[in-house]
Amino acid sequence: MAEVRVRKVVKEYEGGVQAVKGIDLDIKDHEFVVLVGPSGCGKSTTLRMIAGLEEISSGEIEIDGEVVNDVPPRDRDIAMVFQNYALYPHMSVFDNMAFGLKLRKFSKEEIKKRVDEAARILDIAPLLDRKPRALSGGQRQRVAMGRAIVRNPKVFLFDEPLSNLDAKLRVQMRTEIKKVHQTVKTTTVYVTHDQIEAMTLADRVVVMNAGIIEQVGSPQELYHHPKTRFVAGFIGSPAMNFMPCTVVEVGAGLHIKINDKIVLPVPPDRVERYRPFKNKKMIFGLRPEHLFEYTEQGKPGWTRVDMLTDVVEPMGMETMVHFFVEGTAICARVDPATHAAPNEWLALTADMNQMHLMEVDSGKVV
Amino acid sequence: MAVGASVSTNTTGRRDGGSQPKSSLKKFSQRRSTIAFALCLPLILLVSAFVIYPAFYALYLSMLNKKMTAFVGLNNFTFLLKRNTFQLVIYQSCLFAISAVLIKALLGFIIAHLMHNIPGKNQRIWRGLLLVPWVIPLALSTLTWWWMFDSSYSAFNWILNQFGFEGVPWLGVGWIARLCTIAVNVWYGTPFFMIMYLAALKSVPEQLYEAASIDGANSVQKLLFVTLPMMRNIISITVLFSLIVTFADFDIVRILTAGGPQDNTHVFATYAFQIGIQSGDIPLGAADSLFMFPMLAFAAFFVLRGVTKRTKEIAA
Repeated sequence: MAEVRVRKVVKEYEGGVQAVKGIDLDIKDHEFVVLVGPSGCGKSTTLRMIAGLEEISSGEIEIDGEVVNDVPPRDRDIAMVFQNYALYPHMSVFDNMAFGLKLRKFSKEEIKKRVDEAARILDIAPLLDRKPRALSGGQRQRVAMGRAIVRNPKVFLFDEPLSNLDAKLRVQMRTEIKKVHQTVKTTTVYVTHDQIEAMTLADRVVVMNAGIIEQVGSPQELYHHPKTRFVAGFIGSPAMNFMPCTVVEVGAGLHIKINDKIVLPVPPDRVERYRPFKNKKMIFGLRPEHLFEYTEQGKPGWTRVDMLTDVVEPMGMETMVHFFVEGTAICARVDPATHAAPNEWLALTADMNQMHLMEVDSGKVV
Repeated sequence: MAVGASVSTNTTGRRDGGSQPKSSLKKFSQRRSTIAFALCLPLILLVSAFVIYPAFYALYLSMLNKKMTAFVGLNNFTFLLKRNTFQLVIYQSCLFAISAVLIKALLGFIIAHLMHNIPGKNQRIWRGLLLVPWVIPLALSTLTWWWMFDSSYSAFNWILNQFGFEGVPWLGVGWIARLCTIAVNVWYGTPFFMIMYLAALKSVPEQLYEAASIDGANSVQKLLFVTLPMMRNIISITVLFSLIVTFADFDIVRILTAGGPQDNTHVFATYAFQIGIQSGDIPLGAADSLFMFPMLAFAAFFVLRGVTKRTKEIAA
């Protein structure tokens, strides 16, 4: 088990395309860090550079205090789980798991002990004699994890390991991965494009976009205090609503003016923070869960807004209601008991205590 | 929807109402197996006409006397086996086929690996160049080789002379002539192995090598534990295929040495031609050529059995 340090790491491909643009990241011992971001954001490249499968154009990667830039993957003492499992099709499950140990000249007894132990943790003991083709997707994924566990490496690397599984199995395996990490406690770097996976698994989430790190923080921190419009929009499902607005002063307080009809008061504790942006074009952000059905018993910061419903999506435990405001699609998350119907006016509450205000150009949350 | 339903009801009604024999004939003609057989029939006829009939005719011929007037059973076979020249032919055929195939496979494997690591566009150029020997008509290229091996005016001896060495009678001494026939066969057949192995190499998922790197494998271990097992099927099939073709080779030996010197380079096919066509003993020629069959059938059986087994294992 070890710490991983990434220092100003750049990955530049032929033709000058930069996939990773000088990122810094410290991963603590025992920590479960998830790199998340859209396709092409550089998260997999970063993981592959830590693994040694991609060369580093500049910068430094340290594993357990040793700079590993020029150390080949086999000497980095890492284990990796691939998206499509990468099991050796001609070897049995046992041999797949034992392969790394055999190459490292472990004794037969030790190999058997470790493989049996990993098989017990992952509940794949009855499958040890089978070939990968005789396994289901979930079982193959377990074998791939088993192959990583038996080595007892310094760092686990996961490259979108659940992408090839169906939705139900994905949720189940997610829990398994978390359970395995709680058991073996190895430092883990996990790459996914699925923000729910990131939020549920991670001690800390690293949100990447276009080759840079947008924000690093705990899932709660990213959800409640995003630093950029990108993070605000990426974390949370359905995504945060964004509306162009102007900050205006009406009477004693500041207001967020979306259009002539929708003018929302800024909570008093935020007035000073937002005052420098008075009369500027900004972006107003509010999550769907902070836009809900109107009740008489409001709280401070709750403001009524009336919207003309466009589409209603009942999902059982909640109902999503979609509107259009100034040409922008907006979503609200309401109680299923609210009888919302398309093309009808619906009274909603905007919880302004949870609002976010962003600069138009930089996308920075102010 | 309603229209469709009524149409289907009508059709069923008509079928039920039809007379019994007509209906069963129609059913027979509509069975999948009948249609499959009908679609395969042209191929079955072709194979019967050009493979099965000649094979049985050769078998029949091999059991006749020289004038083809009397049935002599296995006499032609026993006669051949007792002849020293034929024993030499068996030895030379095996030596020629096995060594040529092994060298072709090895060279093909090495060149395929080299090619695999040449980036993009250049790879296509090299691939095209290396395929040239395989696309030139073999008789023509063998003639060129024959000229290059000529002891008096050839390119090889000229080069040797330039360096102060004596010229070599390339096709005039038994074992050198044997090596020459093998060399020409290797030159001609290696591109086939190269292209097949290159395709096989490209089909090995890159992530298996990455997984092996992380598992701790070095280049040799990756070759032994990933590449070779993943390519075993294609290696078996190419070796078998090439073994059959090389065993039956005619052009190279016929043009280069015509079996000489002193029958040292004869293989089954050239010897069959010599005794069957040139010497006019067609039954003996037929018997000679039939000797190849059991050897190749034996090899084919085991190789194909292994291929089927491994295909089942690997197919995910």
